[in-house]
Amino acid sequence: MYKILKKEKIGPNLNKFVIKAPLVPKNYQPGQFVVIKVDEVGERIPITIAEADKDKGTITIFVQEVGKTTYKLGALKQGDAISDVVGPLGHPAKVDKVGTVVTIGGGVGSAIIYPETKAFKEAGNYVISIMGFRNKENVILEEEMRKHSDELYIMTDDGSYGKKGFTTNELQELESAGRKMDLVIAIGPAIMMKKISEMTKEYNVKTIVSLNSTMMDATGMCGGCRVEVGGETKFACVDGPEFDGHKVNFDLLIKRLSIYEKQEKEALDNYKGCKLEE
Amino acid sequence: MASREPMPKQKVKERIKNFNEVALGYTEEQARREAGRCIQCPEPLCVKGCPVDINIPEFIKLIVEGKYNEAARKIKEDDVLPCMTGRVCPQEEQCEAQCVLGVKGSPIAIGRLERFVADYEAAHSESQAPPVQAKKNKKVAVVGSGPAGLTVAADCARMGYDVKIFEALHKPGGVLVYGIPEFRLPKAIVGREVDFLKKMGVELECNVIVGRTITIEQLFEEGFDAIFLGLGAGLPRFLGVKGENLLGIYSANEFLTRINLMKAYKFPEYDTPINIGKKVAVVGGGNVAMDSARSAVRLGAQGVHIIYRRSRKEMPARNEEIENAVEEGVILDLLVNPIEFTGDEKGWVKAIKMIKMELGEVDDSGRRRPVPIPGSEFIYDVDTVVIAIGQNANPILLDATPEIRKNKWGYIDADSEKGKTSMKGVFAGGDIVTGEATVIAAMGAGRKSARAIDEYLKTGKW
Repeated sequence: MYKILKKEKIGPNLNKFVIKAPLVPKNYQPGQFVVIKVDEVGERIPITIAEADKDKGTITIFVQEVGKTTYKLGALKQGDAISDVVGPLGHPAKVDKVGTVVTIGGGVGSAIIYPETKAFKEAGNYVISIMGFRNKENVILEEEMRKHSDELYIMTDDGSYGKKGFTTNELQELESAGRKMDLVIAIGPAIMMKKISEMTKEYNVKTIVSLNSTMMDATGMCGGCRVEVGGETKFACVDGPEFDGHKVNFDLLIKRLSIYEKQEKEALDNYKGCKLEE
Repeated sequence: MASREPMPKQKVKERIKNFNEVALGYTEEQARREAGRCIQCPEPLCVKGCPVDINIPEFIKLIVEGKYNEAARKIKEDDVLPCMTGRVCPQEEQCEAQCVLGVKGSPIAIGRLERFVADYEAAHSESQAPPVQAKKNKKVAVVGSGPAGLTVAADCARMGYDVKIFEALHKPGGVLVYGIPEFRLPKAIVGREVDFLKKMGVELECNVIVGRTITIEQLFEEGFDAIFLGLGAGLPRFLGVKGENLLGIYSANEFLTRINLMKAYKFPEYDTPINIGKKVAVVGGGNVAMDSARSAVRLGAQGVHIIYRRSRKEMPARNEEIENAVEEGVILDLLVNPIEFTGDEKGWVKAIKMIKMELGEVDDSGRRRPVPIPGSEFIYDVDTVVIAIGQNANPILLDATPEIRKNKWGYIDADSEKGKTSMKGVFAGGDIVTGEATVIAAMGAGRKSARAIDEYLKTGKW
């Protein structure tokens, strides 16, 4: 069992967990993820590691409640434990000094963009960060990101905080202002990564995305996470999760993310129904 | 001459609705009758057919004498997992193929007898940990808890080494747990065998991916003196044809793991879902294909088809499994091969473009090569597809450990006698060396490696 040392509700349906997983931080590098399983009957889901503390043997993850598993996790308290945590998985992000790097995080994707922003800054880059959220209540990691960015732009869909609009709007502005961009890292919902990649392809700026396809074992064994990159089939878990955004077939990714839509809804409705009866 | 005792099985009508074991096992009377047919050859050929040299006539003799526990222990001298090998070994190609009774009649049902005594012992006696030699104060790390890893762990523990198994998944057993279905190998049996190892002092840690969570180098730094890699093949092969990433197309690994390890057949009680359409096509002709097809039947598919590019004779699956599948309503579509998958606007697979095949010259595998018949393409409607055409080598550990040399197929280059790799102190065996093979072959490799590990740790010679 893996103990929850700290749980913090940081937005509507958004929780931060610090979990004791002594082996995971040992070889962790930014860009990697864990697979967690909440309880005996639970499913295995991938979650990106936001922070890892080697000395304390802990990892920090941000989890948005979207389905049964993430709601179950959200219902746990500090001191509770989850049955399984395994990682770190996936290739680490390739962090080099390239000049000006624009890191873009959408929603809970900000939890993934944060360690990379930090790493790119530490590698000596000029870092411009753009974070997009639905509204003010969902804003996360603002202080941490500010600390590790040369410029930070916060966008909300409804304008309740920062600027009104999407991350794509801010990227467009940077481009229009003739700002230099050597590399874009975009992590968030598939549709956001798709739009950003389409724009930067036009700008001719290399773009890295982190793919959130459906995974089970996440060790290359099942192939459920397969994606098409440059016309070739890749496994997001062992070949990724980061890929060249200009080569990813996002339409296929988005379709494949809907594979269990029906069952996910059924499971969540059942779960919420049970909760109401209690 | 008396004929072979038939295996009692669950009735077809019932078993297609549950995941319980199909073969029910011999009764005591049946076992003694079957054992009584053995003529106790002075130079038994059956033993030569066994990859781990079980003393078959001896354990059969003990059955005749009614000494079932002793018979089980006799087997365990050479095979630590008799409950499993009695069920999943291809005996018809190994020990039973050699049995002299098979020349004129039917060979002794060695596998069924093995299963009987192993189950009997488990049910009737506190399964005893075999005597362990004096502690040698040396540590052996075993990576992977499938058949190869479990065998190495048991043998090394018995020789007095401190053994720790590292498993990547959340449950031990490897392919025995995620791959082979409950109806062929109940998971409680795997759990029992793992407990048996723990009684022998073997440590087990799940959720550790060697190569990522901890590296080979770090294992040595932590004080392990030798490392055995029994990772399994672990990277599903696809056909490489157009449309293979459509929704509803699974690798057999994913399909079976969802069902066996994650218990998707109990959704929504268990959280892992699976999609099963009306018509399911399983591509491939091996045991994994049969397991997938028979699982699909139990999940309520209305039509389940095996698509195989050769004829039934060339199918690598055990005959018994093919028969079980056919009894359960699985249809064999032979001498056909998919060349493209097509789907609907939402991306779900709807049809396979297929081509008919004919058998040509004999190829490297000793079977006649399937050759497409030009102009014979046709459309085959389908709702779910399972690709069961084998495995490639999993890249995680090998990418992280360039010191370990690979062969031209990407598997670990290890010598077949000892399992030594190109990295000092590191041994390997099972599917990660040979490519996809059988449980017993992996156990045989594990046994050889355990001896070689002992020799290495005693002499220090590499």
